[in-house]
Amino acid sequence: MPTLTRKTPTPMINLTDLRLFLLRLVRPIDPFLLGVTLCIMACAYLMMLSASPERMNAHILNIIVALGVMWIIASQPPPRLHSFALPLYVLGVLLLIGVALFGDISKGARRWLNLGVMRIQPSELMKIAMPLMLAWYFQKREGALKVRDFLIATLLLAMPVGLIAAQPDLGTAILVLGAGVFVIFFAGLSWKLIIPVGVLGIAAVVAVIIFQTDICAPEVNWPGLHDYQKHRVCTLLDPSSDPRGKGFHTIQSTIAVGSGGFLGKGWRQGTQTHLDFLPERHTDFILAVISEEFGLAGVLIIAILYCLLIARGLMIASNAATLFARLLAGSVTMIFFTYAFVNMGMVSGILPVVGVPLPMVSYGGTALVTLCLGIGILMSVQQHRRRR
Amino acid sequence: MELKAPEQELSRFRARVAAAAVFVLVGFSLIVARFVYLQIVRYDYYATRAEENRISLLPIVPNRGLIMDRNGVVLTRNYSAYTLEITPSKVRNLEDTIDELAEFIDIQTKDRKRFRKLLEESKNFESLPIRTRLTDEEVAKFIARRYKFPGVDIKARLFRQYPFGEFASHAIGYIGRINQKEMARIEDDEDLAANYRGTEHIGKTGLEQSYEKELHGITGFEQVEVDASGRAVRSLARTPPIPGNNLQLTMDAELQRIAEQAFGNRRGALVAIEPGTGGVLALVSTPRFDPNLFVDGITPDNWDVLNTSLDKPMINRALNGAYPPGSTFKPFMALGALVTGKRAANVAIADPGYFVFGNNTFRDDKVGGHGMVDMVKSIVVSCDTYYYTLANEMGIDLISDFMGKLGFGSRTGIDIEGESTGVLPSQAWKKKRFKKPEQQKWYAGETISIGIGQGYNAYTPLQLAHATATLAAGGIMFKPHIVKYVVDAQTGQRRVVEPTPVADLGFKPEHLDVIRRGMVGVMTGGTGARAFAGAKYEAAGKTGTAQVFSLKGGKYKESETHERLRDHALFIAYAPAKDPKIALAVLVENGGFGAAAAAPIARQVLDYYLLGVKPAGAAPEDADADPEDAHTHD
Repeated sequence: MPTLTRKTPTPMINLTDLRLFLLRLVRPIDPFLLGVTLCIMACAYLMMLSASPERMNAHILNIIVALGVMWIIASQPPPRLHSFALPLYVLGVLLLIGVALFGDISKGARRWLNLGVMRIQPSELMKIAMPLMLAWYFQKREGALKVRDFLIATLLLAMPVGLIAAQPDLGTAILVLGAGVFVIFFAGLSWKLIIPVGVLGIAAVVAVIIFQTDICAPEVNWPGLHDYQKHRVCTLLDPSSDPRGKGFHTIQSTIAVGSGGFLGKGWRQGTQTHLDFLPERHTDFILAVISEEFGLAGVLIIAILYCLLIARGLMIASNAATLFARLLAGSVTMIFFTYAFVNMGMVSGILPVVGVPLPMVSYGGTALVTLCLGIGILMSVQQHRRRR
Repeated sequence: MELKAPEQELSRFRARVAAAAVFVLVGFSLIVARFVYLQIVRYDYYATRAEENRISLLPIVPNRGLIMDRNGVVLTRNYSAYTLEITPSKVRNLEDTIDELAEFIDIQTKDRKRFRKLLEESKNFESLPIRTRLTDEEVAKFIARRYKFPGVDIKARLFRQYPFGEFASHAIGYIGRINQKEMARIEDDEDLAANYRGTEHIGKTGLEQSYEKELHGITGFEQVEVDASGRAVRSLARTPPIPGNNLQLTMDAELQRIAEQAFGNRRGALVAIEPGTGGVLALVSTPRFDPNLFVDGITPDNWDVLNTSLDKPMINRALNGAYPPGSTFKPFMALGALVTGKRAANVAIADPGYFVFGNNTFRDDKVGGHGMVDMVKSIVVSCDTYYYTLANEMGIDLISDFMGKLGFGSRTGIDIEGESTGVLPSQAWKKKRFKKPEQQKWYAGETISIGIGQGYNAYTPLQLAHATATLAAGGIMFKPHIVKYVVDAQTGQRRVVEPTPVADLGFKPEHLDVIRRGMVGVMTGGTGARAFAGAKYEAAGKTGTAQVFSLKGGKYKESETHERLRDHALFIAYAPAKDPKIALAVLVENGGFGAAAAAPIARQVLDYYLLGVKPAGAAPEDADADPEDAHTHD
């Protein structure tokens, strides 16, 4: 265990020494991460001006709040984060159980918990609480990892994921599952287990595509999945089967993307976007707007920015001081990948429409705050990195 | 070990990070490959799809061509009016919606009934009018409440109007909403389907139907950018419609009006043709109907009235009524005798007042007979015996051959659709007409009454007028037509409907002269004399009376016979006799004697056409004249 030699910042600010104040202000900030984050946010700003200019003020407010959260978390040393892991996880699971029992139903899903003063969506909390908890657990078992520990970790992961999937909220379930799986992966789960599962997964996807017409027949029920989830997968396989309903999103989004070409139609010139053919253009389908108005060039810029972000995150994880910090940083980094991959796949019509936003670009305060919280964690880990 | 374990763990972790990095790269590569595929490889396809999404072609319905008489009197008009329309598929509860609309817009029971009828005949996604011709106030009231009525809208539509109502209704016809059968026919033809996008009405009968192609015009298109809900956002390009061509008729509206009025309340038909061109000057069928009733979709009540009426106003009697020609057949029989050489004009027969054939006695109307009768006299006095013997000598097939050349029993080819053929009896016809062998045989006795225009003979008034016009034109037959010019509505350029000579029957002038002398004699000293007393032109004519009901042996007394069983009155004429300008045929259903009922109508028409003299009273004077008193027979 490394010892903390640094003083924690005092709440008192010496006004006479402005330089010291600014130094304290910027000390927790990783300039590279902040730079990439601001670049992505600038893209988001530009696209929001095109897709939904009336939401600009709210979006800027979201960004300010999120950056504030990022700074606060970045200022926390990893041990403090470590101490939050268990209580946050327990709270999250309890709230999820509460949702399952007393939750409010909105748009056919039970996702919200009404606390009287406010309505909260506990599944959002699990996106951070999950990697925290698993990292905490593996840290605790450091040096004495056994197969049993992986089983326990799987159980810790499966419980909230199951509760979220049952709401049903497939998108969040995938993100939480991804976050947990990556912790387990970084903790050293045997390749002997990963490879067969991966192969099985790929085989399953291929099988679904091949037997599409049989399993998508209206009388077939999919065990463990809701009808609407079956619809999403089936319309993904054949969007033309329901062009006005479930397939509309996929078809119109694919048209928006394809018609963008290499350089796009120009900023604010997207016909799919501006004539309302594109659904959810400011949220989950903002990438379709980028694709339509800036073409493949725009998509590549976004993809490169995410690659830079992820590369930096993995670097931070490699240099982290403790196992907990390492696992947390690696997993949080991979959350960005999961987000981006699922969203980009969804927009381009190779993954089902599961309601995953494009990280830090899509409009929406909660997701933005959660993601910036993740950036803050990375910054905190970087600040307290391993010293040689 | 204590120190080494974390180092080992760290390097294993870094291997995992490297694996994760590879995973991320592979993942993003897949995604980028997908975007390259969509945006580069399939770019053209998706660019086209996006354009198809964005651009919609809205049809601009052309103005329908107008119909004018030969002097430019406008018989059909177009006007633009606001209609309140409902798209049934977009309305949750149709009845409730209509009730709510009725709170501030005058919607009557007949409007509801008509709407229900349209609903039955149409598809759900069509926009159907519940009220037409809204007042400005009603339009304003609806606009203020529009948000409450999804699926209900106000549209500006072009309407057809027939300003003279029932006038010439059978000739002009009417337009109505395109029905499913017509829609299927239109959709079969790609060009037609494109041109009828947006068109809701189509010609149903008369000229409106037969000249649909000229009248409709070419639909224009506006290219508009639409949003996902189909609303037009802005106009991109516009191809203006080309209005339909106008029709200028050979028909003389005033002549037509005088002819229609001459019928009064009687049922019948009149066709007047210009010999030497085939131009139709008047085409009357009574009773008439108001074509305006059909334009917005006829109400079920009106439809019932028109369809259940015993008078059958919807039937175009001039083209679709088939009647025995009676004695109007005799001049043609006489001409046939001359042309075929079966009987010379100067050969006279002795008429005892009857003709015996086998066991049957065929009576002449005049008891005791007409004495010695030659051909001219046979026409003037309408001697039945003369034609009994003539028919017997000619035989059915010779009669049939000759009459067939004059157009009897076949369509004249007039430019109105749905003309009937009538019945030109012959041995072949009978064989085809009947199924039982004993009925199929032609009996020589049946030929006798053919000679006086009775028996199986049944021709349309148009055929009769057509044959009379051919006779007047010296045997040159023209295809009858009502349209004289097709006029380009934009340039005013006229396309003449050329008179089409169908045949020159090669009649000899001396033969025609015999017939003319006979027919002139009818008008000066025969059955037409009274109706044409004092006429300032020389007319050639023939009256006719066709039996509706066979009276075996007994004498026919009009006053004692039920109105519907009375004989049909007929009259044919052309004038002036030496240089015919007009030929006509008149039929009055159950009118009794042709001389009394039909000839006076012809007189009014000829007086106006040749002299410009209009009849004094509106109703024909002889409607109640006693035919027994006027003439003993025709």
